Amino acid sequence: MNVIETHGLSKSYGSTWALRDCTLAIPAGHVTALVGPNGAGKSTLLNLAVNLAIPSAGTVVVLGGHPAGSPAALDGIAFVAQNMPLYKNLSAADMLHMTRNLNRSFDQGYAEARLRELDIPLKRKVSRLSGGQQAQLGLTLALSRRPQLLVLDEPMAALDPLARHDFMATVMTAVVDHGVSVVLSSHILADLERVADYLVLVSRGRVQVAGEVEDLLACHQVLTGPAGESARYGEWLDVVSELRGEAQAHLLVRTKGVMEAVPAGWEAHSVSLEELTLAYLRTPAAASLPGPARSREARPAGVMQ
Amino acid sequence: MTTVATAADLRRGASSEPLPWRRMAWVTWCQHRGALIGVALLFLTLAVGFWVGGLQLHHAYAVAVACHPASSYACNTLVDRFNGTNDFLANGGLPQLIPPLIGAFLGAPVLARELESGTFRFAWTQGFGRWRWTLAKLVALGVVVTAVAGALGALLSWYFQPYFPAASQAIYVSNHLSIRTSSPFAPLLFDLRGVAFAAWTLAAFAVGVLAGVLIRRVVAAIVVTLVGYAGIAFAVGGYLRQRYVGPVVTSKLDVPDSAWVISQHWLTKAGRPASQALLNQVLLKTPPAALGKAGDPKSFSLSHYLVQQGFTQWTAYQPASRFWTFQWIEGGCLVALSALLMAGTIWWVRRKVA
Repeated sequence: MNVIETHGLSKSYGSTWALRDCTLAIPAGHVTALVGPNGAGKSTLLNLAVNLAIPSAGTVVVLGGHPAGSPAALDGIAFVAQNMPLYKNLSAADMLHMTRNLNRSFDQGYAEARLRELDIPLKRKVSRLSGGQQAQLGLTLALSRRPQLLVLDEPMAALDPLARHDFMATVMTAVVDHGVSVVLSSHILADLERVADYLVLVSRGRVQVAGEVEDLLACHQVLTGPAGESARYGEWLDVVSELRGEAQAHLLVRTKGVMEAVPAGWEAHSVSLEELTLAYLRTPAAASLPGPARSREARPAGVMQ
Repeated sequence: MTTVATAADLRRGASSEPLPWRRMAWVTWCQHRGALIGVALLFLTLAVGFWVGGLQLHHAYAVAVACHPASSYACNTLVDRFNGTNDFLANGGLPQLIPPLIGAFLGAPVLARELESGTFRFAWTQGFGRWRWTLAKLVALGVVVTAVAGALGALLSWYFQPYFPAASQAIYVSNHLSIRTSSPFAPLLFDLRGVAFAAWTLAAFAVGVLAGVLIRRVVAAIVVTLVGYAGIAFAVGGYLRQRYVGPVVTSKLDVPDSAWVISQHWLTKAGRPASQALLNQVLLKTPPAALGKAGDPKSFSLSHYLVQQGFTQWTAYQPASRFWTFQWIEGGCLVALSALLMAGTIWWVRRKVA
């Protein structure tokens, strides 16, 4: 099952394309990192998936074929928006009660236990909670709904490192305990490296990279060698990006899973998720989508299953 | 893929059935209790004020009308006392402010605040669904607002009753007492009485809600609501209301005092419109004797003279007996308008927002 599946999805605001011709499938059972520079279309994509925005063209279905915003989609997806919009003048208990009223399933016991663990008094108003506590409250409300999919839009942007760590710990506990699929967007790579096992890279309104982190790392390597020879390898290697210095050049190349013979004078090493992401972000023209390499029309992996 | 979805559905129980509407009652109360309590306090204060003031007014009226002989100094004092009771309320200007205030401060923020603060991203991604959430809220708040305004409208109808003497008393009152009376169609009083007050309040609320969803800013939506409401109120009061039913047209000179005169003009013997200049010319040549005996200054005398000269005065008016017809027409139209505005709001929430 794909938790989010889009075909030719586009969204324009006036004459600006926030997202353009996006075809993508995010399979269930993953913690998916949606990465991209500011303004790349991450929030737009997530808003389209939870029906807070309406596509200008194309389709988006969720949870294995339900249209975004359909009753089944609303029941199964919990969305935590950027900046944690909660009702500031209500108490934590009121927020719990409200969320319970607005949803088919709500685990009151879990919610209260979480807030106790977090030392968030039920009677306290949201406006009097710290940023970290507000984020945890928003997350707790979302997880108490026992969703199949948890969508987090830049959840940690306003949090300090400790609050960030605690926040991700709550998410990962829910993943382990309840098997919830997670899609979270961020422009802070370090947050995601530890937790994400599926990567979607969006840039300039297009999907540039999509795939399981493990596969992506296995299919790329960095070659370091004399700068003068780098142009020659560019012809027969699938070079994603190139960093050339005075003497040395670093090439990020795509392999087909097997380590290819390294030419004399060059050395190869495996790539980290951060390196890989940065390399693609530097080269917006390059793409790595499931299926045949460099094919933009590739059918997403999830569809082929 | 399909099988997985079905299994998931089964796990969640009958997920095709929407969540019950009553779930929204608590949510609406929880979010708007501040505003609702404010409205309740405002209406309660007004109700007490109009109740106390109304008792004084009714008492003053009863005393003034019962006084004999009517021309005595004592009776004139009582009439003056009635005319002066709650003078500042008599023209209806103050209660006119209630509907626009409800629209601006209760209606406009309902959606504008959600959109301005971003909380709509929370509310509209819950299982209840965004358009059902909106519909439930609008209906609940709309019903409360209409009910409370209806109650206050009934109180206002009672309060203003002395200014509209019953037909049996009207002749006595107008002939013998210089008591303050009013046409039931008086522009600022018509829509405070009967069903109109509640309908206007609901319409103001609907205008506020729509302005809020379109503008997405609380303060701007409040301003636009006030302006929009004023526009509708002036259009109805100044143009539409007199056209609800075709007016009665008569060439008689004695149109009742309580009637709402829409237009009045003179025609010549040949049936052409008579200009004011022509009428003045005729009147200037009037022999003093034709104006009736001295000491009997009948107000109609000039008009009567013109009629004798072959002119005809045509008057189009709405008789006071049409009060309730007009009330129901205005109330019905405003309820329909409110329903239309709310349907537009929900459509906008469903299809256009974000």
